[in-house]
Amino acid sequence: MTMIKKLTLSAFVALGLSSTGAIASESGGHHIENIDFSFDGPFGAFDVNQLQRGLQIYTEVCSACHGLKFVPIRSIGDEGGPHMPEDQVIEYAKQFEVYDAELDDFRPAIPVDHFPKSNLSNAPDLSLMAKKRAAFHGPYGLGINQFFKGIGGPEYIVGILNGYTGEVKEQAGTTFYENTAFPSGWIAMAPPLSDEAVDFADGHSNDLHHMSEDVAAFLMWTAEPKMMARKQAGFAGVLFLTLLSVLLYLTNKRIWAPVKYKKRD
Amino acid sequence: MSGIPHDHYEPKSNGEKWLASRLPIVGLLYDTLMIPTPKNLNWMWIWGIVLTFCLALQIVTGIVLVMHYTPHVDMAFASVEHIMRDVNGGYMLRYLHSNGASLFFVAVYAHIFRGLYYGSYKAPREITWIIGMLIYLLMMATGFMGYVLPWGQMSFWGATVITGLFGAIPFVGESLQTFLLGGPAVDNATLNRFFSLHYLLPFVIAALVAVHIWAFHTTGNNNPTGVEVRRGSKEEAQKDTLPFWPYFVIKDLFALAVILAVFFAIVGFMPNYLGHPDNYIEANPLATPAHIVPEWYFLPFYAILRAFTSEVWVVQIASFVTGGIIDAKFFGVLAMFGAIAVMALVPWLDTSSVRSGRYRPMFKWWFALLVVDFFALMWLGAMPAEEPYASFSLIASAYWFGYFLVILPLLGVIEKPLAPPASIEDDFDAHYAPKAGDADAAAKPAE
Repeated sequence: MTMIKKLTLSAFVALGLSSTGAIASESGGHHIENIDFSFDGPFGAFDVNQLQRGLQIYTEVCSACHGLKFVPIRSIGDEGGPHMPEDQVIEYAKQFEVYDAELDDFRPAIPVDHFPKSNLSNAPDLSLMAKKRAAFHGPYGLGINQFFKGIGGPEYIVGILNGYTGEVKEQAGTTFYENTAFPSGWIAMAPPLSDEAVDFADGHSNDLHHMSEDVAAFLMWTAEPKMMARKQAGFAGVLFLTLLSVLLYLTNKRIWAPVKYKKRD
Repeated sequence: MSGIPHDHYEPKSNGEKWLASRLPIVGLLYDTLMIPTPKNLNWMWIWGIVLTFCLALQIVTGIVLVMHYTPHVDMAFASVEHIMRDVNGGYMLRYLHSNGASLFFVAVYAHIFRGLYYGSYKAPREITWIIGMLIYLLMMATGFMGYVLPWGQMSFWGATVITGLFGAIPFVGESLQTFLLGGPAVDNATLNRFFSLHYLLPFVIAALVAVHIWAFHTTGNNNPTGVEVRRGSKEEAQKDTLPFWPYFVIKDLFALAVILAVFFAIVGFMPNYLGHPDNYIEANPLATPAHIVPEWYFLPFYAILRAFTSEVWVVQIASFVTGGIIDAKFFGVLAMFGAIAVMALVPWLDTSSVRSGRYRPMFKWWFALLVVDFFALMWLGAMPAEEPYASFSLIASAYWFGYFLVILPLLGVIEKPLAPPASIEDDFDAHYAPKAGDADAAAKPAE
């Protein structure tokens, strides 16, 4: 009896794991682990501190090669985003040099400018990276679990940053690094992050995994900066329409009442 | 206007009479809104309102989106990001518009399959059906061209693949494709003409919707029994019908509100669920995506397009007989458009004397299989073109054509249908059995 119980239990655990744990990525063979980000699900919200840490990691590490050309610098001061104070945004912008067509010269950036483009031609722009990589395709490819987990873009970014095996190969004069999360298995980007690569002012943990989650959360925000406002609008819409449905249901019932079950003359 | 006798608008005051003798618009609106409607309509008759709402939603959000969008290959993608980031409420406008297209197609498929089950296409409603099919074709063209506008990878490569279909037409194909694209390949000229047509076609659809409504207001609605409203006199017709306002307007609005609650949950909480992530990568003519997958609403017909490869014997025979003019690619294109054409011709393919599927014991099962077949094709369209999906696609495509070209004509001959009720009133009372006694209390109409 206990044997059967145990077997049933383990079967359920296995089922649960296969549906919530590792989910095959786009290429099929590569596994991306789900991470419980604060912004997952209808009730999820960005963690402002995490976004600020992510911004710091992007600025100190990623921005050496990767741009964020669609993101206006001013938006890091936005509520629902990193929410930096105005004076800090102005100060932050100055570190980037932008080309000004009117001056026909470079000048320090101001908040209304966008983040620069990528410095390297083969480094993709990161503005939308968290939306252009879907890791979760859900049961039978229906992707319904995205409702609670998101499309898996941030998880993919964490997967890439933690997926280096240490193997390196040369091909046509380019160095490739083996990476378990990258679709072809070999990526041209050298491992960008390592433990303690960035120091946080608040002393937050700066091991590789924590930092990659922080920067992935930040890139989710750059890809979907209005996510908080959108979810709010969604709630308002669902709430209002549910209320309207109830009222219309009652109205409909009342209108039809004299017609239904009516005795024939 | 209507064939069902009912009360018409009578202008009373001098002002009303003055207007009515010059432009009878109030009478037209009154007759449209008060049209006698079969009182036994079930919940599958709500999709018309949902579709009308979708068209309005797409036009309104679309007009505002156009104010901020730039139809140029160098700026289109960035202008969409500008809408998402800088335009007030732009993220909602865009997600409502892109998901609105999906809602539009959910509703149109439900609407079409309702018509197929209850025989809404049968005489005298053939014109309504044909106009509906034209609207559906225009919706597909509009949806396809709209998907190109954000100028992502799927936009670009989808446009390349779909316009390539026209290139498969013998003799004129290449010139036709160049004409459609405005050049040898998908480029700025293509984007501009697609933008222009994407803005124009919805208004053509709106005009056809008016004709669609005009047509079925002339014949009267079909209903779940397929039995016509009795129209010997106004009193007789009133036993079978109720005015559209308020009975069906409120019922339809209730259904619309429920559907929109679900719609808003998707827009608010998973707006990219139905999109393809690759479309967040800016179009790049030098990099082909691993899988080019159309939007979900094209998948059933995309599966039919891909099902007919050069290994299929029908294709080989067609190629042999025509001396190679019809090759596998062109055959696929013919099959895809043919799949819609057989649906449009269904009024003349269905030979049964009984209209509604409710009273056709054999038809019911074949129809259920058609619905399963439709979803199977949708799933197969998203799968890679390899075994076992290729064989499944072929079987599913064969059933689609078999249903319309063989099963429907034969069923009318071999099937023994059940007897439909004598009148709509009988059907209605069978559902809402008249209670004895409290008739007087209930018979008072609600104000």
